[in-house]
Amino acid sequence: MINMYEVSETNKMIEHENLDVRTITLGISLLDCIDSDLEVLNNNIYNKITTVAKDLVSTGKDIEEEFGIPIVNKRISITPISLIGAAACKSAEDFVTIAKTLDRAASTVGVNFIGGYSALVNKGMTQSDEYLIRSIPQALAQTERICSSVNVGSTKCGINMDAVRLCGEIVKQTAEATKDNDSLGCAKLVIFCNAPDDNPFMAGAFLGVTEADAIINVGVSGPGVVKKALEEVRGQGFEQLCEMIKKTAFKVTRVGQLVAGEASRRLHIPFGIIDLSLAPTPAIGDSVAEILEEIGLERVGAPGTTAALAMLNDQVKKGGVMASSYVGGLSGAFIPVSEDQGMIDAVNAGSLTLEKLEAMTCVCSVGLDMIAIPGKTSASTISGIIADEMAIGMVNQKTTAVRLIPVIGKDVGDTAEFGGLLGYAPIMPVNEFGCEDFINRKGRIPAPIHSFKN
Amino acid sequence: MRKCVVTVVGKDTVGIIGRVCTYLAENKVNILDISQTIVQDYFNMMMIVDVTKIEKDFSVMGKELETLGEEIGVKINIQREEIFEKMHRL
Repeated sequence: MINMYEVSETNKMIEHENLDVRTITLGISLLDCIDSDLEVLNNNIYNKITTVAKDLVSTGKDIEEEFGIPIVNKRISITPISLIGAAACKSAEDFVTIAKTLDRAASTVGVNFIGGYSALVNKGMTQSDEYLIRSIPQALAQTERICSSVNVGSTKCGINMDAVRLCGEIVKQTAEATKDNDSLGCAKLVIFCNAPDDNPFMAGAFLGVTEADAIINVGVSGPGVVKKALEEVRGQGFEQLCEMIKKTAFKVTRVGQLVAGEASRRLHIPFGIIDLSLAPTPAIGDSVAEILEEIGLERVGAPGTTAALAMLNDQVKKGGVMASSYVGGLSGAFIPVSEDQGMIDAVNAGSLTLEKLEAMTCVCSVGLDMIAIPGKTSASTISGIIADEMAIGMVNQKTTAVRLIPVIGKDVGDTAEFGGLLGYAPIMPVNEFGCEDFINRKGRIPAPIHSFKN
Repeated sequence: MRKCVVTVVGKDTVGIIGRVCTYLAENKVNILDISQTIVQDYFNMMMIVDVTKIEKDFSVMGKELETLGEEIGVKINIQREEIFEKMHRL
Protein backbone atom coordinates (compact mmCIF):
# COMPACT_ATOMS: atom_id res chain seq x y z
CA MET A 1 0.00 0.00 0.00
CA ILE A 2 1.08 3.56 -0.69
CA ASN A 3 2.98 5.09 2.21
CA MET A 4 3.07 8.56 3.62
CA TYR A 5 6.48 9.39 2.22
CA GLU A 6 5.34 8.64 -1.33
CA VAL A 7 2.16 10.64 -0.94
CA SER A 8 3.99 13.65 0.39
CA GLU A 9 6.64 13.40 -2.32
CA THR A 10 3.98 13.52 -5.04
CA ASN A 11 2.12 16.39 -3.41
CA LYS A 12 5.35 18.32 -2.86
CA MET A 13 6.08 18.02 -6.59
CA ILE A 14 2.63 19.40 -7.40
CA GLU A 15 2.49 22.15 -4.80
CA HIS A 16 6.06 23.41 -4.69
CA GLU A 17 7.83 22.25 -7.84
CA ASN A 18 5.26 23.08 -10.52
CA LEU A 19 4.54 19.49 -11.54
CA ASP A 20 1.67 19.57 -13.95
CA VAL A 21 0.29 18.03 -17.08
CA ARG A 22 1.03 20.74 -19.59
CA THR A 23 -1.61 19.88 -22.11
CA ILE A 24 -4.31 17.46 -23.12
CA THR A 25 -4.49 17.95 -26.85
CA LEU A 26 -7.41 16.47 -28.70
CA GLY A 27 -6.46 15.72 -32.28
CA ILE A 28 -9.41 15.97 -34.67
CA SER A 29 -9.25 14.92 -38.29
CA LEU A 30 -11.06 17.34 -40.58
CA LEU A 31 -10.68 15.22 -43.71
CA ASP A 32 -14.39 14.36 -43.71
CA CYS A 33 -15.28 18.08 -43.65
CA ILE A 34 -13.85 18.74 -47.11
CA ASP A 35 -16.22 20.37 -49.58
CA SER A 36 -15.71 22.51 -52.66
CA ASP A 37 -18.17 25.09 -51.34
CA LEU A 38 -16.41 27.38 -48.86
CA GLU A 39 -19.48 28.04 -46.75
CA VAL A 40 -20.35 24.35 -46.46
CA LEU A 41 -16.71 23.62 -45.59
CA ASN A 42 -16.71 26.25 -42.84
CA ASN A 43 -19.94 24.87 -41.40
CA ASN A 44 -18.63 21.31 -41.50
CA ILE A 45 -15.45 22.33 -39.69
CA TYR A 46 -17.31 24.25 -37.00
CA ASN A 47 -19.77 21.43 -36.42
CA LYS A 48 -17.16 18.70 -36.25
CA ILE A 49 -14.91 20.51 -33.79
CA THR A 50 -17.72 21.63 -31.52
CA THR A 51 -19.18 18.11 -31.49
CA VAL A 52 -16.03 16.05 -30.95
CA ALA A 53 -14.49 18.48 -28.45
CA LYS A 54 -17.59 19.53 -26.56
CA ASP A 55 -16.61 17.72 -23.33
CA LEU A 56 -12.84 18.23 -23.56
CA VAL A 57 -12.52 21.15 -21.16
CA SER A 58 -14.99 19.85 -18.54
CA THR A 59 -13.44 16.37 -18.60
CA GLY A 60 -9.99 17.90 -18.14
CA LYS A 61 -11.30 19.85 -15.18
CA ASP A 62 -12.86 16.75 -13.59
CA ILE A 63 -9.58 14.84 -13.88
CA GLU A 64 -7.72 17.77 -12.33
CA GLU A 65 -10.04 17.77 -9.35
CA GLU A 66 -10.11 14.04 -8.78
CA PHE A 67 -6.39 13.47 -8.98
CA GLY A 68 -5.28 16.81 -7.63
CA ILE A 69 -2.96 17.42 -10.58
CA PRO A 70 -3.16 20.66 -12.55
CA ILE A 71 -3.80 20.27 -16.27
CA VAL A 72 -2.66 23.62 -17.55
CA ASN A 73 -4.04 23.57 -21.08
CA LYS A 74 -6.77 21.82 -22.99
CA ARG A 75 -6.18 22.23 -26.69
CA ILE A 76 -7.11 20.99 -30.12
CA SER A 77 -4.97 19.99 -33.07
CA ILE A 78 -6.44 19.50 -36.53
CA THR A 79 -5.52 18.20 -39.97
CA PRO A 80 -3.34 20.74 -41.83
CA ILE A 81 -5.76 23.29 -43.22
CA SER A 82 -3.96 23.59 -46.58
CA LEU A 83 -5.31 20.09 -47.34
CA ILE A 84 -8.78 20.72 -45.96
CA GLY A 85 -9.25 24.00 -47.80
CA ALA A 86 -7.67 22.93 -51.09
CA ALA A 87 -10.94 22.24 -52.90
CA ALA A 88 -12.78 25.34 -51.68
CA CYS A 89 -10.20 28.12 -51.30
CA LYS A 90 -9.34 30.10 -54.39
CA SER A 91 -7.33 32.80 -52.61
CA ALA A 92 -5.50 33.60 -49.40
CA GLU A 93 -8.58 35.52 -48.24
CA ASP A 94 -10.68 32.36 -48.54
CA PHE A 95 -8.31 30.64 -46.13
CA VAL A 96 -8.69 33.50 -43.64
CA THR A 97 -12.42 32.68 -43.41
CA ILE A 98 -11.45 29.17 -42.25
CA ALA A 99 -9.11 30.69 -39.65
CA LYS A 100 -12.02 32.71 -38.30
CA THR A 101 -14.24 29.62 -38.19
CA LEU A 102 -11.56 27.74 -36.26
CA ASP A 103 -11.20 30.63 -33.83
CA ARG A 104 -14.95 30.64 -33.25
CA ALA A 105 -15.03 26.87 -32.71
CA ALA A 106 -12.11 27.08 -30.26
CA SER A 107 -13.88 29.80 -28.34
CA THR A 108 -17.14 27.79 -28.23
CA VAL A 109 -15.50 24.71 -26.72
CA GLY A 110 -13.30 26.81 -24.42
CA VAL A 111 -9.79 25.83 -25.56
CA ASN A 112 -7.09 28.48 -25.54
CA PHE A 113 -5.32 27.33 -28.71
CA ILE A 114 -6.14 25.35 -31.81
CA GLY A 115 -3.17 24.21 -33.89
CA GLY A 116 -3.08 23.06 -37.48
CA TYR A 117 -3.42 26.17 -39.59
CA SER A 118 -0.59 24.50 -41.41
CA ALA A 119 0.96 23.40 -44.67
CA LEU A 120 3.36 20.53 -45.28
CA VAL A 121 5.61 21.62 -48.12
CA ASN A 122 8.91 19.85 -47.49
CA LYS A 123 9.27 18.96 -51.16
CA GLY A 124 6.91 21.17 -53.09
CA MET A 125 4.03 23.58 -52.71
CA THR A 126 0.58 23.16 -54.24
CA GLN A 127 -1.39 26.27 -55.12
CA SER A 128 -3.46 25.67 -52.01
CA ASP A 129 -0.35 25.39 -49.81
CA GLU A 130 0.87 28.71 -51.15
CA TYR A 131 -2.50 30.42 -50.55
CA LEU A 132 -2.51 29.14 -47.00
CA ILE A 133 1.04 30.27 -46.29
CA ARG A 134 0.32 33.70 -47.78
CA SER A 135 -2.80 33.98 -45.62
CA ILE A 136 -0.91 33.34 -42.35
CA PRO A 137 -0.17 37.01 -41.47
CA GLN A 138 -3.84 38.01 -41.76
CA ALA A 139 -5.10 34.78 -40.20
CA LEU A 140 -2.94 35.34 -37.12
CA ALA A 141 -3.71 39.05 -36.94
CA GLN A 142 -7.47 38.56 -37.16
CA THR A 143 -7.82 35.64 -34.74
CA GLU A 144 -6.90 34.99 -31.15
CA ARG A 145 -6.52 31.24 -30.72
CA ILE A 146 -5.10 29.98 -34.01
CA CYS A 147 -1.61 28.47 -34.16
CA SER A 148 0.11 28.02 -37.48
CA SER A 149 3.00 25.95 -38.74
CA VAL A 150 4.76 25.18 -42.00
CA ASN A 151 6.93 22.11 -42.53
CA VAL A 152 9.56 23.13 -45.06
CA GLY A 153 12.04 20.27 -44.85
CA SER A 154 12.63 16.65 -43.94
CA THR A 155 15.43 14.12 -43.87
CA LYS A 156 13.67 12.15 -46.60
CA CYS A 157 12.99 15.05 -48.97
CA GLY A 158 15.57 17.73 -48.27
CA ILE A 159 14.71 21.40 -47.77
CA ASN A 160 12.24 23.30 -49.92
CA MET A 161 14.18 26.54 -50.24
CA ASP A 162 11.34 28.25 -52.14
CA ALA A 163 9.20 27.69 -49.04
CA VAL A 164 12.03 28.84 -46.76
CA ARG A 165 12.29 32.08 -48.76
CA LEU A 166 8.53 32.59 -48.61
CA CYS A 167 8.40 31.83 -44.88
CA GLY A 168 11.03 34.48 -44.12
CA GLU A 169 8.72 37.01 -45.79
CA ILE A 170 5.67 35.60 -44.01
CA VAL A 171 7.33 35.86 -40.59
CA LYS A 172 8.13 39.48 -41.38
CA GLN A 173 4.60 40.24 -42.60
CA THR A 174 3.08 38.54 -39.55
CA ALA A 175 5.27 40.72 -37.33
CA GLU A 176 4.04 43.82 -39.19
CA ALA A 177 0.40 42.72 -39.03
CA THR A 178 0.60 42.30 -35.24
CA LYS A 179 3.07 45.10 -34.45
CA ASP A 180 0.70 46.72 -31.95
CA ASN A 181 1.18 43.70 -29.67
CA ASP A 182 4.96 43.38 -29.95
CA SER A 183 4.52 41.25 -33.09
CA LEU A 184 2.73 38.58 -31.05
CA GLY A 185 1.49 36.80 -34.20
CA CYS A 186 4.98 35.38 -34.74
CA ALA A 187 4.76 33.59 -31.38
CA LYS A 188 2.02 31.49 -32.96
CA LEU A 189 3.93 30.59 -36.12
CA VAL A 190 6.44 27.73 -36.28
CA ILE A 191 8.59 26.71 -39.26
CA PHE A 192 9.50 23.00 -39.03
CA CYS A 193 11.81 20.37 -40.39
CA ASN A 194 10.66 16.76 -39.77
CA ALA A 195 7.46 17.88 -38.01
CA PRO A 196 5.83 15.00 -36.11
CA ASP A 197 2.19 14.08 -36.82
CA ASP A 198 1.22 13.76 -33.17
CA ASN A 199 2.82 16.69 -31.35
CA PRO A 200 0.49 17.99 -28.60
CA PHE A 201 2.49 21.17 -27.90
CA MET A 202 1.62 24.54 -29.37
CA ALA A 203 2.30 26.44 -31.46
CA GLY A 204 3.43 23.58 -33.70
CA ALA A 205 0.64 21.05 -33.07
CA PHE A 206 -1.32 19.59 -35.95
CA LEU A 207 -2.91 16.20 -36.60
CA GLY A 208 -1.12 14.42 -39.41
CA VAL A 209 -3.00 12.59 -42.14
CA THR A 210 -1.66 9.26 -40.86
CA GLU A 211 -3.67 9.68 -37.65
CA ALA A 212 -7.10 8.41 -36.57
CA ASP A 213 -10.33 10.42 -36.70
CA ALA A 214 -9.83 11.67 -33.15
CA ILE A 215 -7.04 11.02 -30.70
CA ILE A 216 -5.84 12.14 -27.27
CA ASN A 217 -2.22 13.24 -27.03
CA VAL A 218 -0.81 14.46 -23.74
CA GLY A 219 2.21 16.61 -23.03
CA VAL A 220 3.81 16.34 -19.60
CA SER A 221 6.22 18.76 -18.08
CA GLY A 222 8.14 19.24 -14.86
CA PRO A 223 11.44 21.12 -15.12
CA GLY A 224 10.96 22.25 -11.52
CA VAL A 225 10.72 18.67 -10.30
CA VAL A 226 13.93 17.66 -12.10
CA LYS A 227 15.78 20.73 -10.80
CA LYS A 228 14.75 19.97 -7.21
CA ALA A 229 15.69 16.30 -7.51
CA LEU A 230 19.11 17.20 -8.89
CA GLU A 231 19.85 19.31 -5.82
CA GLU A 232 20.14 15.98 -3.99
CA VAL A 233 23.05 14.79 -6.18
CA ARG A 234 25.07 18.00 -6.19
CA GLY A 235 28.77 17.25 -6.58
CA GLN A 236 28.21 13.56 -7.35
CA GLY A 237 29.24 11.69 -10.52
CA PHE A 238 27.46 11.50 -13.88
CA GLU A 239 26.09 8.05 -13.05
CA GLN A 240 24.17 9.39 -10.04
CA LEU A 241 23.14 12.49 -11.98
CA CYS A 242 21.75 10.50 -14.90
CA GLU A 243 19.97 8.02 -12.65
CA MET A 244 18.25 10.87 -10.83
CA ILE A 245 17.06 12.49 -14.08
CA LYS A 246 15.74 9.15 -15.34
CA LYS A 247 13.88 8.35 -12.12
CA THR A 248 12.30 11.78 -12.02
CA ALA A 249 11.33 11.72 -15.69
CA PHE A 250 9.75 8.31 -15.09
CA LYS A 251 7.58 9.63 -12.26
CA VAL A 252 6.52 12.73 -14.16
CA THR A 253 5.64 10.71 -17.25
CA ARG A 254 3.57 8.21 -15.26
CA VAL A 255 1.31 11.05 -14.21
CA GLY A 256 0.87 11.98 -17.86
CA GLN A 257 0.07 8.38 -18.75
CA LEU A 258 -2.55 8.23 -16.01
CA VAL A 259 -4.20 11.46 -17.13
CA ALA A 260 -4.09 10.42 -20.79
CA GLY A 261 -5.72 7.09 -19.99
CA GLU A 262 -8.46 8.73 -17.94
CA ALA A 263 -9.15 11.38 -20.58
CA SER A 264 -9.27 8.76 -23.29
CA ARG A 265 -11.70 6.57 -21.29
CA ARG A 266 -14.01 9.41 -20.33
CA LEU A 267 -14.13 11.04 -23.76
CA HIS A 268 -14.34 7.70 -25.60
CA ILE A 269 -11.47 8.77 -27.81
CA PRO A 270 -8.39 6.56 -28.26
CA PHE A 271 -5.10 7.44 -26.57
CA GLY A 272 -2.36 8.44 -28.99
CA ILE A 273 0.92 9.31 -27.33
CA ILE A 274 2.59 10.95 -24.39
CA ASP A 275 5.01 13.70 -25.29
CA LEU A 276 7.52 13.48 -22.47
CA SER A 277 8.96 16.92 -22.58
CA LEU A 278 10.50 19.31 -20.14
CA ALA A 279 8.48 22.37 -21.04
CA PRO A 280 9.36 25.47 -19.05
CA THR A 281 7.06 28.37 -18.16
CA PRO A 282 7.97 31.89 -17.10
CA ALA A 283 7.13 30.91 -13.48
CA ILE A 284 10.05 30.91 -11.05
CA GLY A 285 11.36 27.37 -10.55
CA ASP A 286 9.88 26.04 -13.79
CA SER A 287 12.97 26.47 -15.92
CA VAL A 288 15.12 24.18 -18.08
CA ALA A 289 17.95 26.73 -17.80
CA GLU A 290 17.95 26.26 -14.02
CA ILE A 291 18.37 22.49 -14.48
CA LEU A 292 21.42 23.09 -16.66
CA GLU A 293 22.80 25.47 -14.06
CA GLU A 294 22.14 22.90 -11.32
CA ILE A 295 24.12 20.39 -13.41
CA GLY A 296 27.09 22.74 -13.08
CA LEU A 297 26.99 25.69 -15.45
CA GLU A 298 27.44 29.17 -14.05
CA ARG A 299 24.99 30.39 -16.69
CA VAL A 300 23.31 28.74 -19.64
CA GLY A 301 25.38 29.49 -22.72
CA ALA A 302 28.70 28.85 -20.98
CA PRO A 303 31.01 26.22 -22.51
CA GLY A 304 29.60 22.80 -21.58
CA THR A 305 26.00 23.88 -22.18
CA THR A 306 25.50 21.74 -25.28
CA ALA A 307 26.93 18.64 -23.60
CA ALA A 308 24.83 19.14 -20.49
CA LEU A 309 21.70 19.64 -22.58
CA ALA A 310 22.45 16.57 -24.71
CA MET A 311 22.75 14.47 -21.59
CA LEU A 312 19.60 15.94 -20.03
CA ASN A 313 17.58 15.39 -23.19
CA ASP A 314 18.70 11.78 -23.50
CA GLN A 315 18.09 10.88 -19.85
CA VAL A 316 14.61 12.42 -19.93
CA LYS A 317 13.75 10.13 -22.84
CA LYS A 318 15.31 7.07 -21.23
CA GLY A 319 13.39 7.63 -18.02
CA GLY A 320 10.13 8.51 -19.69
CA VAL A 321 9.94 5.82 -22.35
CA MET A 322 9.25 3.02 -19.89
CA ALA A 323 6.60 5.04 -18.08
CA SER A 324 4.28 5.26 -21.05
CA SER A 325 2.79 2.73 -23.42
CA TYR A 326 3.25 5.04 -26.41
CA VAL A 327 5.70 7.91 -26.60
CA GLY A 328 5.76 10.37 -29.45
CA GLY A 329 5.53 14.02 -30.36
CA LEU A 330 8.66 16.02 -29.69
CA SER A 331 9.77 14.40 -26.39
CA GLY A 332 12.82 16.07 -24.89
CA ALA A 333 13.87 19.36 -23.38
CA PHE A 334 12.41 22.54 -24.82
CA ILE A 335 14.65 25.58 -24.78
CA PRO A 336 12.41 28.57 -25.52
CA VAL A 337 13.85 31.90 -24.47
CA SER A 338 10.82 33.99 -23.55
CA GLU A 339 9.09 31.18 -21.67
CA ASP A 340 12.02 30.40 -19.38
CA GLN A 341 13.22 32.87 -16.76
CA GLY A 342 16.67 31.26 -16.60
CA MET A 343 17.14 31.66 -20.36
CA ILE A 344 16.04 35.30 -20.20
CA ASP A 345 18.51 35.95 -17.37
CA ALA A 346 21.29 34.27 -19.36
CA VAL A 347 20.57 36.47 -22.39
CA ASN A 348 20.54 39.59 -20.23
CA ALA A 349 23.82 38.57 -18.58
CA GLY A 350 25.44 38.26 -22.02
CA SER A 351 25.98 34.52 -21.68
CA LEU A 352 23.49 33.19 -24.22
CA THR A 353 23.61 34.14 -27.90
CA LEU A 354 21.60 33.14 -30.94
CA GLU A 355 24.58 31.14 -32.22
CA LYS A 356 24.88 29.17 -28.97
CA LEU A 357 21.15 28.51 -29.02
CA GLU A 358 21.54 27.16 -32.54
CA ALA A 359 24.21 24.75 -31.33
CA MET A 360 21.94 23.68 -28.47
CA THR A 361 19.14 22.88 -30.91
CA CYS A 362 21.27 20.06 -32.34
CA VAL A 363 20.71 18.14 -29.11
CA CYS A 364 17.43 19.46 -27.67
CA SER A 365 13.92 18.40 -28.59
CA VAL A 366 13.06 21.14 -31.05
CA GLY A 367 14.76 24.34 -32.10
CA LEU A 368 15.14 28.11 -32.01
CA ASP A 369 12.09 28.89 -29.95
CA MET A 370 10.46 32.14 -28.86
CA ILE A 371 13.44 34.29 -29.67
CA ALA A 372 12.85 38.02 -30.11
CA ILE A 373 15.08 39.68 -32.69
CA PRO A 374 15.28 43.29 -33.95
CA GLY A 375 12.26 44.32 -36.04
CA LYS A 376 14.57 45.66 -38.74
CA THR A 377 15.95 42.16 -39.49
CA SER A 378 15.41 41.48 -43.19
CA ALA A 379 13.21 38.68 -44.53
CA SER A 380 16.21 37.06 -46.22
CA THR A 381 18.16 36.98 -42.95
CA ILE A 382 15.17 35.33 -41.25
CA SER A 383 15.06 32.82 -44.12
CA GLY A 384 18.79 32.23 -43.61
CA ILE A 385 18.26 31.44 -39.93
CA ILE A 386 15.37 29.13 -40.87
CA ALA A 387 17.53 27.36 -43.48
CA ASP A 388 20.32 26.79 -40.95
CA GLU A 389 17.91 25.29 -38.45
CA MET A 390 16.23 23.12 -41.10
CA ALA A 391 19.66 21.81 -42.16
CA ILE A 392 20.37 20.73 -38.58
CA GLY A 393 17.09 18.82 -38.48
CA MET A 394 17.52 17.30 -41.93
CA VAL A 395 21.05 16.02 -41.34
CA ASN A 396 20.48 14.85 -37.76
CA GLN A 397 17.15 13.16 -38.56
CA LYS A 398 15.41 15.09 -35.83
CA THR A 399 12.64 17.64 -35.57
CA THR A 400 13.85 21.21 -35.60
CA ALA A 401 11.80 24.36 -35.65
CA VAL A 402 12.07 28.12 -35.77
CA ARG A 403 9.81 30.48 -33.88
CA LEU A 404 11.42 33.89 -34.24
CA ILE A 405 9.74 37.16 -33.40
CA PRO A 406 11.13 40.16 -35.26
CA VAL A 407 9.61 42.78 -32.97
CA ILE A 408 8.66 45.73 -35.14
CA GLY A 409 9.91 49.04 -33.74
CA LYS A 410 12.25 47.42 -31.22
CA ASP A 411 15.96 46.76 -31.25
CA VAL A 412 18.69 45.20 -29.14
CA GLY A 413 18.38 46.53 -25.60
CA ASP A 414 14.56 46.58 -25.69
CA THR A 415 12.21 43.95 -24.29
CA ALA A 416 9.16 42.41 -25.95
CA GLU A 417 6.15 41.48 -23.79
CA PHE A 418 3.91 38.63 -24.95
CA GLY A 419 2.02 37.93 -21.74
CA GLY A 420 0.84 34.74 -20.04
CA LEU A 421 2.61 31.47 -20.81
CA LEU A 422 4.42 33.15 -23.71
CA GLY A 423 6.36 35.39 -21.31
CA TYR A 424 8.68 38.23 -22.29
CA ALA A 425 12.00 38.39 -24.09
CA PRO A 426 14.99 40.65 -24.46
CA ILE A 427 15.68 41.43 -28.14
CA MET A 428 18.73 39.42 -29.19
CA PRO A 429 21.27 40.63 -31.73
CA VAL A 430 21.41 38.93 -35.15
CA ASN A 431 24.49 38.64 -37.36
CA GLU A 432 24.10 41.56 -39.75
CA PHE A 433 25.98 40.16 -42.74
CA GLY A 434 23.61 39.26 -45.57
CA CYS A 435 22.69 35.95 -47.21
CA GLU A 436 20.34 37.28 -49.90
CA ASP A 437 22.02 35.65 -52.90
CA PHE A 438 21.86 32.28 -51.16
CA ILE A 439 18.21 32.63 -50.21
CA ASN A 440 17.23 33.93 -53.67
CA ARG A 441 18.33 30.74 -55.40
CA LYS A 442 15.30 28.78 -56.60
CA GLY A 443 14.49 25.14 -55.90
CA ARG A 444 15.39 22.84 -53.06
CA ILE A 445 18.33 21.42 -51.18
CA PRO A 446 18.48 17.69 -52.00
CA ALA A 447 17.93 15.04 -49.33
CA PRO A 448 21.13 14.02 -47.51
CA ILE A 449 22.92 10.82 -48.50
CA HIS A 450 22.01 8.99 -45.29
CA SER A 451 18.30 9.30 -46.10
CA PHE A 452 18.64 6.55 -48.70
CA LYS A 453 18.08 3.63 -46.40
CA ASN A 454 15.80 1.52 -48.59
CA MET B 1 -13.85 -0.12 -4.42
CA ARG B 2 -12.78 3.43 -5.32
CA LYS B 3 -9.82 4.25 -3.17
CA CYS B 4 -8.72 7.79 -2.43
CA VAL B 5 -6.01 9.35 -0.34
CA VAL B 6 -6.89 12.13 2.09
CA THR B 7 -3.96 14.18 3.28
CA VAL B 8 -4.10 16.66 6.13
CA VAL B 9 -1.12 18.92 6.74
CA GLY B 10 -0.81 21.93 9.04
CA LYS B 11 -0.23 23.25 12.52
CA ASP B 12 -1.32 20.81 15.19
CA THR B 13 -4.41 21.61 17.21
CA VAL B 14 -7.10 19.79 19.22
CA GLY B 15 -9.65 17.74 17.30
CA ILE B 16 -8.26 17.58 13.75
CA ILE B 17 -8.76 13.85 13.36
CA GLY B 18 -12.17 14.05 15.02
CA ARG B 19 -13.50 16.70 12.69
CA VAL B 20 -12.09 15.14 9.54
CA CYS B 21 -13.41 11.69 10.47
CA THR B 22 -16.83 13.11 11.35
CA TYR B 23 -17.07 14.75 7.94
CA LEU B 24 -16.02 11.54 6.20
CA ALA B 25 -18.50 9.45 8.20
CA GLU B 26 -21.35 11.85 7.42
CA ASN B 27 -20.56 11.48 3.75
CA LYS B 28 -20.36 7.67 3.76
CA VAL B 29 -16.63 7.58 3.19
CA ASN B 30 -15.09 4.46 4.72
CA ILE B 31 -11.64 4.81 6.26
CA LEU B 32 -9.34 1.89 5.43
CA ASP B 33 -6.04 3.06 6.87
CA ILE B 34 -4.69 6.01 8.83
CA SER B 35 -1.12 7.03 9.48
CA GLN B 36 -0.23 10.19 11.29
CA THR B 37 2.87 11.91 12.66
CA ILE B 38 3.78 15.21 14.21
CA VAL B 39 7.05 16.78 13.12
CA GLN B 40 8.05 20.03 14.85
CA ASP B 41 4.48 20.89 15.80
CA TYR B 42 3.30 20.11 12.30
CA PHE B 43 0.47 17.68 11.97
CA ASN B 44 0.76 15.29 9.05
CA MET B 45 -1.91 12.71 8.33
CA MET B 46 -2.64 10.39 5.47
CA MET B 47 -5.80 8.33 5.21
CA ILE B 48 -6.69 5.73 2.64
CA VAL B 49 -10.43 5.81 2.16
CA ASP B 50 -13.10 4.16 0.06
CA VAL B 51 -15.49 6.55 -1.68
CA THR B 52 -17.66 3.97 -3.44
CA LYS B 53 -20.76 4.95 -1.47
CA ILE B 54 -20.52 8.73 -1.60
CA GLU B 55 -23.61 10.55 -2.80
CA LYS B 56 -22.07 13.94 -3.45
CA ASP B 57 -20.08 14.88 -6.49
CA PHE B 58 -16.38 14.19 -5.96
CA SER B 59 -15.47 17.80 -6.70
CA VAL B 60 -18.05 19.08 -4.20
CA MET B 61 -16.54 16.89 -1.51
CA GLY B 62 -13.07 18.13 -2.43
CA LYS B 63 -14.22 21.72 -1.98
CA GLU B 64 -16.01 20.99 1.31
CA LEU B 65 -12.90 19.31 2.71
CA GLU B 66 -10.88 22.31 1.63
CA THR B 67 -13.27 24.61 3.49
CA LEU B 68 -13.19 22.37 6.55
CA GLY B 69 -9.40 22.55 6.42
CA GLU B 70 -9.51 26.33 6.36
CA GLU B 71 -11.75 26.30 9.46
CA ILE B 72 -9.34 24.07 11.36
CA GLY B 73 -6.25 25.82 10.01
CA VAL B 74 -4.86 22.88 8.03
CA LYS B 75 -4.69 21.92 4.38
CA ILE B 76 -6.86 18.97 3.35
CA ASN B 77 -6.65 17.28 -0.02
CA ILE B 78 -8.52 14.33 -1.40
CA GLN B 79 -7.09 12.62 -4.46
CA ARG B 80 -7.72 9.36 -6.28
CA GLU B 81 -5.18 6.79 -5.16
CA GLU B 82 -4.01 6.01 -8.69
CA ILE B 83 -1.90 9.14 -8.98
CA PHE B 84 0.37 7.87 -6.19
CA GLU B 85 0.13 4.24 -7.22
CA LYS B 86 1.13 4.99 -10.80
CA MET B 87 3.98 7.29 -9.84
CA HIS B 88 5.58 5.07 -7.23
CA ARG B 89 4.78 1.49 -8.29
CA LEU B 90 5.78 -0.34 -11.44
